[in-house]
Formats: sequence, structure tokens, C-alpha cells
Amino acid sequence: MSPEVVTELPRHLLSIGDLNHDQALLILDTAEELAKISDAPIKKLPTLRGRTIVNLFYEDSTRTRISFEAAAKRLSADVINFSAKGSSVSKGESLKDTALTLQAMGADAVVLRHPESGAANRLAGWTNGVVINAGDGTHEHPTQALLDAFTIRRHLGSVGSDLNGKHIAIVGDVLHSRVARSNVLLLTLLGAKVTLVAPPTLIPVGVESWPVQVSYAIDEVLPEVDAVMMLRVQSERMQNSFFPSTREYSRLFGLNLDRMNLLQKGALILHPGPMNRGLEISAECADGVQSVILEQVANGVSVRMAVLYLLLGGNIGVGS
Amino acid sequence: MSAGKPVKTVLEEGDISRALTRIAHEIIEKNRGSENLLLLGIPTRGAYLAGRLAKIIGSIDKREIPNGVLDITLHRDDLRSRPPRALTPTVIPSGGVEDKIVVLVDDVLFSGRTIRAALDALGEIGRPAQVQLAVLVDRGHRQLPIRADYVGKNLPTSADEIVRVSISEIDEIDQIVIAGANES
Amino acid sequence: MSTYLIKDVELVNGEKVDIGIADGVITELSKKATKNYENVLDGSGCVALPGLVDLHTHLREPGREDAETVLTGTRAAARGGYTAVFAMANTDPVADTAGVVEQVVRLGKEAGWCEVFAVGAVTKDLAGESMAELGAMAHSAAQVRVFSDDGKCVSDSQMMRRALEYVRQFDGVVAQHAQDPKLTVNAQMNEGSVSARLGLRGWPAVAEEGIIARDVLLASHVKSRLHICHVSTAGSVDIIRWAKSRGIDVTAEVTPHHLLLSDELVESYDPKFKVNPPLRSNEDIAALRMGLADGTIDIVATDHAPHPAEDKECEWAGAANGMIGLETALSVVQKTMVDTGLLNWSQVADRMSITPAKIGRTKGQGIALAVGAPANICIYDPSKSKVVVAEEQISKSKNTPFVGIELPGEVRHVFFQGKPTMISTEMVAR
Repeated sequence: MSPEVVTELPRHLLSIGDLNHDQALLILDTAEELAKISDAPIKKLPTLRGRTIVNLFYEDSTRTRISFEAAAKRLSADVINFSAKGSSVSKGESLKDTALTLQAMGADAVVLRHPESGAANRLAGWTNGVVINAGDGTHEHPTQALLDAFTIRRHLGSVGSDLNGKHIAIVGDVLHSRVARSNVLLLTLLGAKVTLVAPPTLIPVGVESWPVQVSYAIDEVLPEVDAVMMLRVQSERMQNSFFPSTREYSRLFGLNLDRMNLLQKGALILHPGPMNRGLEISAECADGVQSVILEQVANGVSVRMAVLYLLLGGNIGVGS
Repeated sequence: MSAGKPVKTVLEEGDISRALTRIAHEIIEKNRGSENLLLLGIPTRGAYLAGRLAKIIGSIDKREIPNGVLDITLHRDDLRSRPPRALTPTVIPSGGVEDKIVVLVDDVLFSGRTIRAALDALGEIGRPAQVQLAVLVDRGHRQLPIRADYVGKNLPTSADEIVRVSISEIDEIDQIVIAGANES
Repeated sequence: MSTYLIKDVELVNGEKVDIGIADGVITELSKKATKNYENVLDGSGCVALPGLVDLHTHLREPGREDAETVLTGTRAAARGGYTAVFAMANTDPVADTAGVVEQVVRLGKEAGWCEVFAVGAVTKDLAGESMAELGAMAHSAAQVRVFSDDGKCVSDSQMMRRALEYVRQFDGVVAQHAQDPKLTVNAQMNEGSVSARLGLRGWPAVAEEGIIARDVLLASHVKSRLHICHVSTAGSVDIIRWAKSRGIDVTAEVTPHHLLLSDELVESYDPKFKVNPPLRSNEDIAALRMGLADGTIDIVATDHAPHPAEDKECEWAGAANGMIGLETALSVVQKTMVDTGLLNWSQVADRMSITPAKIGRTKGQGIALAVGAPANICIYDPSKSKVVVAEEQISKSKNTPFVGIELPGEVRHVFFQGKPTMISTEMVAR
């Protein structure tokens, strides 16, 4: 007899803030099991056969879209890719109309990537299907945080455990980063201590209400952490004077060889990608022995399989 | 809990242990030894029974018998009728399943759907030479053409009765009871 | 013109009276009417206010008649107890010439629901670069006295100085929409802990306060009067209080929605809560209420901003800013200021009728009820209450943020220049 699940997930995955500790662990533990399928001779499970999942991507993101597509197909779901370039309502069909169209076509779930914060929340109000936020503006990217936590836990924790007592630094453009927001929520939910490192211009006003510490001195923080997560920094931010030049940013906040040597042995280097080699992270760090960046990508498929299974694998009614 | 239902103990600790010993001998006899054997238990209780059987066979034949766990959750045919179930780990010993004689082990054989799912799950891991089935209790009422090779006890039941298996590794005692709908 | 008697209504001083109306004026105001009137209306349980005057409304005509017209907007105003509105200039074409302002006033007269005063733009096309023909608008048939680039800020200090100086010749006032454009590029909501969490670009309070600080000092230096639109932060209230203590001739308005709704509502990402200036924190709300109570903020003005459904049914960043408010204003003021004991009805009359009329330099509006005064009257029953339903608003657009909220009070009768626009909560047929 299989054990009955006690923990259920909310209907949609819009924000890490919607998950509690047990739900987050359930996703990570389920991902551990599903990861084994990538070693199986036949990388396919029948679990989501007959479910239709739509990838609705308003932003270019080949990496995330392929990851979700692979995850869905490994669970035997049907995948439809809907690439809608151009963000604002004025360019073509509105988000609401697209949502209603997809529902009429029988989509059980929509995976949404959109340039505006809150788009997934809005979509959830217009459709009966399940909505998975694959990145909305500068708000959240829940599955990225889940695969980051999964990767960290594999090295520093174990199946069934959380990240209690671990110290993680997030370095870079926190202000504009949905990855940072989701990670702050998830890592602290799992019991880790989080320190943000960035120039003051890239730390949001209101960060005082976050359960994190803030530092402007990366060299002081690196020796203390079990993992450092580097965020992508856009050089266009220079135009708005968030920092004076990429050279200065790199010099003050970039992860280079000297800084990598400040890390404890066994400390991990993460990056959600895509990387600006030479700006926020040097080649030696990205390719070095402490980097788990490629593992993050591989783990993305397992984590997304777990999310799809837990949201769609049961008696989720459509059109109810 | 079905309060008020009459409960009858049908197997006690001694009965279970004798049944397992007999099954172990039958497995060795049918397969002319224990070479290439792999026991895979179906969670939760089947996994523990597989471990016990592996130990018994191993002490008879004086060798280490590989055993593992086969989680069948993702292959169930009733997934859509309830919220998603948590997965339990599948553990396949390092020798794999290729060319092995796999003996699936479960506590109760009832409709046969669990075993159907197990065969699908196994098929995705590899291609065994043979698949056999050992159960502690066969209570009838098959809904699929599935049969056990080794049976601890045949237990005719009515469909609305409940067969409750307790295994000491998790339930403190070894025991099988039937909670009946009617007085027998 | 028919004659009307409103019986048993309470004046703002608590006195119970009958009000007689004939030939456009109040003919009687006494415990028991002595003259005869053709129509008798029940005013029991109600308070009689002078017809409300909204110094800040968007009627959208000319140019955005899909959202509202002068006809539909003034009708909605009448439903809210208003007998006069000031129509902001950010129409299409912009009201920066005598021709457009005269058109708006004329449309108001034809509609007949309330008096329409036109606000003239400060700069040509609201571009902030060169002064509009303020004199032409002032001397036109529209007799413009209030000038505003609302929607946009007059951010150039030199331009603001010149405008403040220039309007003094005809006793005009510049009404500033205080928003430093450089600090609010693509801003979406109040900058604070909520915006940090939601990932929406912040609109910091200092972008409003910095402009107000500059403008009160400018007004002082050139000895002109200044009006600040839709004050929304505690810091702004402090600056205005300081300016008044120094004798600077500044007046200020607050909207009903800023008295009730906070930025926490944005968590739903529902654009019905998207407005400029944005909803702020609970501390700001408390300071605004105190400011309106102690007179630092002189008036309530709705900033009624109609938008069609498609401009609000989208993701937050793509949605238009603005909320309608004419029909719910008095109820919101009752809920936030009267029922909390911060204002009495006499002060409500001052904040919503008498002082707005004074700032706008109108004649015939905002006059305390008295025999001989023009019959612009709002009869309001504070004892009722109702949950707000979007479809029940008679404005052409339904973008009210108060959907689902129970608001107290109900406008029962409204008289505009002696003619009823509302009788027994029903709009009078035209």
C-alpha cells in the first residue's frame, strides 16, 4: 500500500510565498525521486499522459522553456509552445484574451514567462487551469529557487532535510532580480541564513522587512558562507547610474579567482544563468571545481517534473 | 478505523514466519538455486518482507541475495481519482535488473492493479530474464489477469472486508487480521 | 420652474428645518414652512449640505469619450451630491486655448446636471516647455481661474515660477500635480516594503514632497497662491503645515481613496488599485486624515479618473492609472472622517463645498445654505449603508476601487440652481 500524501500544494505555483516548509520539502524530495529517471534507459513516465501543458513565453528564454518542455514530456504530457513576443497589451492580443483562448483549447496548465510583475497572478484569475510562474518581471521565479535549493541540499544536506544552519550569500542586482526574491523566500523558509551583497543602489528600499542581512563588502562575507549565488548584472544598468561602469562593478562585486580562494573548502558557487563572464563572474569561477552551475541546469528538469507532477498528477479538475 | 466491525486474527507471528520460510524454499526450488535472484519489495510493507526473504534465502543458500524497493506510485492507474501522492524512493541494487530473475514481493494481492503498475515500473528500469511474484496473502477478487507464484496464505474474503497487515519493523508486531462487514 | 419643499432635514449646525426652493434660490429656511410649494420631499434623517464642489475631475471630453463624456460625468457627479465640478485639462486636444475651455463649459451647460468649470493647462500641450495662453483662457467665456498640467508635473522650476507669477493678474491659482519625473520613471506603486516584495518599481514619497517643498518656497517668494493636488504622503502634510505656519498662501486637496486604501491592496496585482499618486502606507493614511481634520489639507477632491475596462483588465504595468470617485466620495468621507469623529458635518460642508468653491473663485457655488442663496443643495442620509457594486456606478467607466466594500450613507435629493437632479435617490429624467 502506498502512503497517502498528507501535504498538498496550492493550486498554482505563483510565488514561493504561497508554500510552507512541508510543501517546499515535498517538492525537493519528489524531485530527488524523479531525478533517477534521467539514468533510466527509457526516460519516460506515464503519469501526466493526456494532460496538455502550454508554455506561454512572452520573453525569450530558451533555457527555461526547454527545461519545462523536457520535464513535461518525460511525464508523457502534451506540450504546446506559445511564443508571444512583445510585452504590452497594445501589441496584439491581451493576456486575458490569450488566457481564455488557451482554456478553450483545453490547456490543463499554463507555464507563463512574462516581462511584467504580477502577470501570473492575473492569468490565474482568468483561467480554470493550473498556472506555473516561470518568471514574471522582477517579482518571482519559483522553480529557479527550487532548483537552486535542491542543488545546494544535494551537496550540503540530504533527502528529507532542509537547509537549517546553512549560510548563503546572494550577490548582484537584487533590486531587479526575480531569482533573488524567490530565493530569499525559499532559503529562509528552509532555515538558511541569507546575506545579500550588492551596491546600495541595487538593494531595494524596504529590504529591512526581509529576513536577511545586507552587506556591501563581498570580501568579508565570502569566508562565512556555505554557498554563494551570483546574480546576472545587466550592463545597461549603467545608463541609469546604478553603478558607474562595468569595470568598477566587477572590481567591487565580481567573483574572481582571488575571491573564490576566500571561500571555504566545499562552499558552492551558483548562478542562475545566463552568465556575463568577466562581469559578475570570472571564467575560473564559473568553470572551477566549486561551481555547480551545470548541475543547476540538470536539476531544473527534475525539479520542474516534481512541480508538474504535484500540481497536475492527481485529481485536479479542469473546467470545474 | 471501522469501529464496531468484528476483527478476526487470521495469521499470527509464528504463522507469518513459517510462511516466509516456506516461500523462501519454494523460490529456491522453482529457480533451481538462488543465482541471479533479485527481490524487489513494493512499499511499504512489501519492502520489509523482501528484506526478510532475502535474508532467509541467503542463510539457506549461503550467499548474499540482492534486494531492493520498487515504488509504483507514478504508474498507478488511479492517479486521477485523488490528490497527488508522495513518492517513496526506488532502490535498485547495483547489479541492476538486466537478465535477473526478479521476484516482486508484496503483503497482500487483491485486485492485481498494484502488480500491473509494478510490472510497468520495472519495464522502465530494464528487462529482467523473468518476473515472479511472492505475496504473504492472496485474498482473491482479481480485476486483472495477474497471479502469484508464491503465496503465504490463501484468504478467501468478501470484497467489503478489510485485510490489515502488521509488520514488526513498523507496526510493532507481526499479524494479519480481517475486519469483517458481517459476522462470519 | 417648479417649487419644492424639503421637510424635516437637519442643517450642519444640527438645527431641524424645512427648506423651500423657488426660482433657483432658497426661499425659506425655517422650522415650519409658511409658503406653499408644488412638490414636497421627505428629508427626515438627512443632513442638508451646500451642493458639493469637486475641484479635480476628469471628464475626458474632448478626446476620450469612450471612457466618459461631460454628460455622463456630470450626471455621475450629481449622483454623488455635486453641483459643480472643475474639469481637468488633460483632454485631447489639451485644454490650453480659449476654444477648448469654452467648449467644455458649454457642454456642461447643455448637459445641465451640474455647473462645469474648466481648468486650463499651464503649459502648451502639457509639454512643460512653454506657457499656454493663460490670459486668453482667463478672459474667455469660460473665465478660467484654476490652471493645472495635472497628469503631469510642472517640473521645470523656472516655468513654475513664471506660471505662479503670471496668474496673479487675474487672481488665478496654479494647481500642481507634484511628481518629480526623474525619480518616478516607469514607477508603478508606492516605494516601500510592499513594492520590494512584489517586484514593482517604486514611486517614492520624496518625489512628491520635494516638489511641494520647492513650490511652497516659490509661492512665498513671488507672493502668489498655490494649490497642491491629491496630497498622498505624511511628509507632504508636514511640509504644507509648515508652509501655512509661515503664512504662505498654499491650499491642498486629498482624494477619498487616499483616505481609505493602502498599498497593501496592490498584493493582488489588480489594477483597480493602480492610481497616480499611488496608494500609500497606513501611516500616510493616518497623517492625511489628521491633516484634513486640522485644516492643513483644505479640501477633498475626487480626482475622478474614468478608464474603459480594457485599460484595467491586463497586467499591472500595462494598466492605466486612475479611479472613478464622484459617486462614492461623500460616503468615503463619512466612513473615514465623520464616523471616526475627525470631522463634523459643518466641516464636511467646508471641505467639500465652501472651500473648494473659494479656491476656484466661483460665484454661486459653495455658499452656506441661507435664505436668498442659490439653491445648490445636497440632501444626504448618513444612516444607510451599501456594498459597492461596480456595475451600479452610473459613470460611463466602472473602475471603482471600492468594489465589495460596505460604505455608509446615501445621497437622497440633489438640487442644482433650484432644479432637482436627484429625487429620492433616483436621477431625474431629462
